[in-house]
Amino acid sequence: MSVPWGETRLVQGNEAVAYGALAAGIGFFAGYPITPSTEIAEVLARYMPIMGKKWIQMEDEIASISALIGARIAGCKSMTATSGPGFSLMQEGFGYACMTEVPLVLVNVMRGGPSTGLPTQVSQGDVMQARWGTHGDHPVIALAPAGVKECFELTIRAFNLSEIFRTPVILLPDEILGHMRERMTFPEEEEVEVVEMPVPDVPVEWYEHYHDSANNVSPMATFGSGYRFHVTGLMHDAQGFPTRKKEEVNAKMARLKQKITRRLKELEDVRMHNMEDCSVVVFAYGSVYRSALAAQAILKKRKKKIGIFRPVTLWPFPDRTVKENLDSKDVIIVPELNQGQMIHEVERMTKDTVRVIPLHRVDGYEITPEQIVDAVMEVI
Amino acid sequence: MKRYYEVRLSGAGGQGLGLAGKVFSEAAILADYNVCQTQSYGPEARGGSSRTDIIISKKEILFPNCRNLDILLAMNQESADKFSRDVVEDGIILVDSTFVNQLPEGRVYAYPLTKRSTEEFGTPMPANIMALGMLAALARLFSIDIWVKAISMSVPKRFLEMNLRAFEIGHREGREILHVEEGRAPLAYDRKQPVPKVLKDQG
Repeated sequence: MSVPWGETRLVQGNEAVAYGALAAGIGFFAGYPITPSTEIAEVLARYMPIMGKKWIQMEDEIASISALIGARIAGCKSMTATSGPGFSLMQEGFGYACMTEVPLVLVNVMRGGPSTGLPTQVSQGDVMQARWGTHGDHPVIALAPAGVKECFELTIRAFNLSEIFRTPVILLPDEILGHMRERMTFPEEEEVEVVEMPVPDVPVEWYEHYHDSANNVSPMATFGSGYRFHVTGLMHDAQGFPTRKKEEVNAKMARLKQKITRRLKELEDVRMHNMEDCSVVVFAYGSVYRSALAAQAILKKRKKKIGIFRPVTLWPFPDRTVKENLDSKDVIIVPELNQGQMIHEVERMTKDTVRVIPLHRVDGYEITPEQIVDAVMEVI
Repeated sequence: MKRYYEVRLSGAGGQGLGLAGKVFSEAAILADYNVCQTQSYGPEARGGSSRTDIIISKKEILFPNCRNLDILLAMNQESADKFSRDVVEDGIILVDSTFVNQLPEGRVYAYPLTKRSTEEFGTPMPANIMALGMLAALARLFSIDIWVKAISMSVPKRFLEMNLRAFEIGHREGREILHVEEGRAPLAYDRKQPVPKVLKDQG
């Protein structure tokens, strides 16, 4: 028994990610250990081999993500876990997975950067890298948990989304979450929904690996299942063979984009607190969200009201929901553990009359509730 | 016990503070508290400074780091100097006097944890668990059987007996301090006083 279904116990964030992967039916893990993500690999290494699943420590991160792509095309749900420096190396393979539409889950436990940076300290510096890190024009799905239980839940959701949208998904916890231990109650096994990508049922000669179906996502055959297809990072046609034909290139690029943009509702996950009758809103995600909640509690005692807006799905950015809910406010404070990344998205979606105030911290420590309270008191 | 505690276990890397924090958190969960434990350490495997923050509460825990400490364990001078000012007025500070010779201000208890551990077991390893024993007695935290269970859950089997003995020593010394402090007659200091039954069973 791997996942402790129904149990209440002390769980670390990284452990919860590993259990989430097991709950989602992971069949293959390849990775290269790096602080602060190492425990994910450790926990999976303990369970996967005895469950008859493959766990490989690769020579580096590029090899890791490449192995993942191969494993998924062979039919195994796969995941890797890394942090900043490894995430940079994985961009290459990540783009390949976007292009070849291979579902996989990439966990990046964010630590201080650039480069080797602050290995044991917290940061949210990779938020834009998650969006634009790999080259080319591509959609991305990225989720940011804010607690140990969410590490578990969002890992399962990441697997499910990757299978539904046939695309790689990034999970973005940070060092605080990865190393944090909390009391957590696991759900019962029946309560967890696990999605499997449909397999093609057409005759072999009709199969198109990148068939343009109604929702832009076609069932994916696996190697060895009798279906013939080609996999390449080059621009390709429906069978997967390289092409330079204008209409085929345009169709592919449109499909990559539309499979995400046409179903934003399914992807969007936003938590809002106390948004009515307040003029000041704190926009926070990841572990900073908890500082915002604590700040809200402190301010409540002082009879001051603030709203909190938290995107759980960071990418695609919840454009419309942000506009609907934040455009009418006076001030939006955006605390981030970087020098200002998501704040540009907030600015993009709100009109000029809304004051958007940054609150940065990049010294490897978390933003305290008091910092947010101070920022609020200046404008309220 | 109170409904809310902020606890910081601090010292040098390699003193087992992460493990002690895990034991503390497990004990809090067994006592039906919500727990949030964070760790802070440098990139070194040994040396450098290390600390773990534990918040235990009957309510939901929002911000995961400590700001007003109820309990501080400082196992080296640097952390005693640095963190004692974060302790609330009636908060408890326990320092390992093996390494801390300049005591911070406040309600400070000094005990040579590492030295005693080396004397008893020939290794400084269980000094962290001994410290937990003292804190358990001084702050009157959880019941002994909860602690025993928490230690058994977190410590590798081959070191379990040593750690339980270390906990017992710490707990007894802690009670001894309280007895003196509260003006009662000290317990017989012959190290032969009755061992709590749960400890006996485990040992």
